[in-house]
Amino acid sequence: MRRLEHAFADSQRETALVAYLTAGYPSLDETVDLVDAACAAGADVIELGAPFSDPLGDGPVIQATTQQALRAGVTVAATLDLVAKVRATGNDVPIMLMGYCNPFLRYGLPKLFADAASAGADGFIVPDLPATESTDWLVEAERHNLGQVFFAAPGSSPERLRRTARQSRGFLYCLADNGVTGVRDRLADGLDAYLARVRAAATTPVAVGFGISRPEHVAALRGKVDGVIVGSALLKRIGAATTAQQRIAETTALISELKEACR
Amino acid sequence: MTGWFGGYGGQFVAETLVAPLEELEAAYQKAQASEEFLTELDDLLNRFVGRPTPLTRLRRLGVEANGCTLWLKREDLTHTGAHKINNAIGQALLARRIGKQRIIAETGAGQHGVAVAAACAHLQLDATIYMGRVDAERQAPNVQRMELLGAEVRLVDNGTATLKDAINEAIRDWIAHPDSTHYLLGSVVGPHPFPTIVRGFQSVIGREARQQFLDSVGNLPDAVVACVGGGSNSVGMFSAFLDDPVRLIGVQAAGEGLGPGGRHAAPLLYGEPGVLQGTRTYLLQDDDGQILLTHSVAPGLDYPGVGPEHSYFKDTGRVEYRTASDDQALATFALLSRAEGIIPALESAHAVAGGLELAEELPHGSNILVNLSGRGDKDLVSALAAIRERDGADR
Repeated sequence: MRRLEHAFADSQRETALVAYLTAGYPSLDETVDLVDAACAAGADVIELGAPFSDPLGDGPVIQATTQQALRAGVTVAATLDLVAKVRATGNDVPIMLMGYCNPFLRYGLPKLFADAASAGADGFIVPDLPATESTDWLVEAERHNLGQVFFAAPGSSPERLRRTARQSRGFLYCLADNGVTGVRDRLADGLDAYLARVRAAATTPVAVGFGISRPEHVAALRGKVDGVIVGSALLKRIGAATTAQQRIAETTALISELKEACR
Repeated sequence: MTGWFGGYGGQFVAETLVAPLEELEAAYQKAQASEEFLTELDDLLNRFVGRPTPLTRLRRLGVEANGCTLWLKREDLTHTGAHKINNAIGQALLARRIGKQRIIAETGAGQHGVAVAAACAHLQLDATIYMGRVDAERQAPNVQRMELLGAEVRLVDNGTATLKDAINEAIRDWIAHPDSTHYLLGSVVGPHPFPTIVRGFQSVIGREARQQFLDSVGNLPDAVVACVGGGSNSVGMFSAFLDDPVRLIGVQAAGEGLGPGGRHAAPLLYGEPGVLQGTRTYLLQDDDGQILLTHSVAPGLDYPGVGPEHSYFKDTGRVEYRTASDDQALATFALLSRAEGIIPALESAHAVAGGLELAEELPHGSNILVNLSGRGDKDLVSALAAIRERDGADR
């Protein structure tokens, strides 16, 4: 939690940038390099996706990357190893593990949190785990002092928002829009009013994701939230590049550009 | 409504779906207490669906095996040809009350898709149906029926392009349109409150069958058999007999073979508990928690999970679960047609195969009630081709 708190500490002056990468896309070795490139270019938090066969919250871009990782045999254990490898390079940026319930449950929650803590991860983001089903997870998160991030949705009732925000550890993931992950041309209508409602309910930092792909999106959110999350836009650029060197260059370019808009 | 059946069920969904699920639960509870809703539903079940469906006593099968009598609950005789319409018309009526004009649904065998398309046409709602491309190919007549009924059919290429993948796409659609759209889920699977709502609308099968049996025979059957994919026809049937001294038997698809590495769809026999598509239940999964590919000749049974209430019944032992293979189902498909003049859906043929197996085990003179959940018209092309292929291999 220390690294995570630090990442959002200065968010009034400068919005924190969260960069999503899929573990093992395009390969496990390359993910280490891409994490380093993203951090060097200004990413304040890394969200590292552990692949799942049925990623219900993801659109085509992230689905394609997790499918490729699965075909290469990337598991939860391999994702945890990857975190340890990143830490071995001296990187101290917070790393949140994103993944769906089933692979994590299969690994076993007590072992998952213990291994995540010792690998140097900072917490979990589980899109099919609402706060109302999370008792066992929160016990482990508290025991290991790790984050456990829950979501706010545009349709969340005020009561629901308060409960979710109170239970969320590290930050609250604010879904900018209905729908699955994916690049969108513009920010959702009514986003400002919704963000104000979320801010009023939340005591933890608030990070906004889904559809954020361009510097102007980030600039429009500056001062209204503590963090912005970019995923599909980054993986799309990485996917379009043809060599490892180009993939690093694309990561550096997009993250620098977005980070610039955070300031 | 807690949404839990012992340790199974729950609501493991994206936050975006929490509000529409809560809205649905409240609307269902209100509707169940509304005289007006229940009267309208009854009227639709009688005059549109064609209920009550008859109970047919088989003349040869079972009797010839071991002097046992097999009784079929004829859900195949409902409008659109399967039990799916009971739930489709109920939920469509509910959606209209909530004020949702757009309906989405998944379909495996196409029976749920056709039922939804018909219910939506009848109640003037807009239907979009997701169907795996593989299923669409093996159930082509049902695609044509859905389109004729005015539904838009969206083919799904992800994964194995079967039922699970169609559900994934339907859920993604719902996440994108939670305010305007009702997801008309077709089985007792998915997040709370679906397993409870679908059971509620399918329980008419068991209520009717139990009374018809008492009226015809004077006492209860010795055993009740139904096939279990997601598990809605079986839960609907079993729900009336849970407190009776009656053996309940669910038949899952053994496909081409059981055990490790086998191509089947029998999570209740060979799965482990996990979370998929919003619910905690038995799943076919690997050591990393990835969902395994499944196979059954019956598209409606070709699913790696099962309704959470079945997982609970398995653990408590109230229902016994067995399997029937592709070969058994195909043989029974042909046998029931020739011996009794009834062409069963391949899904339902699994239940009949289970009933025939039971007839060999039970004492002489036992009564076995089998839910014939659907008719086999949709399966003619693929079943006849599979039977020909097997006959060829035998020669």
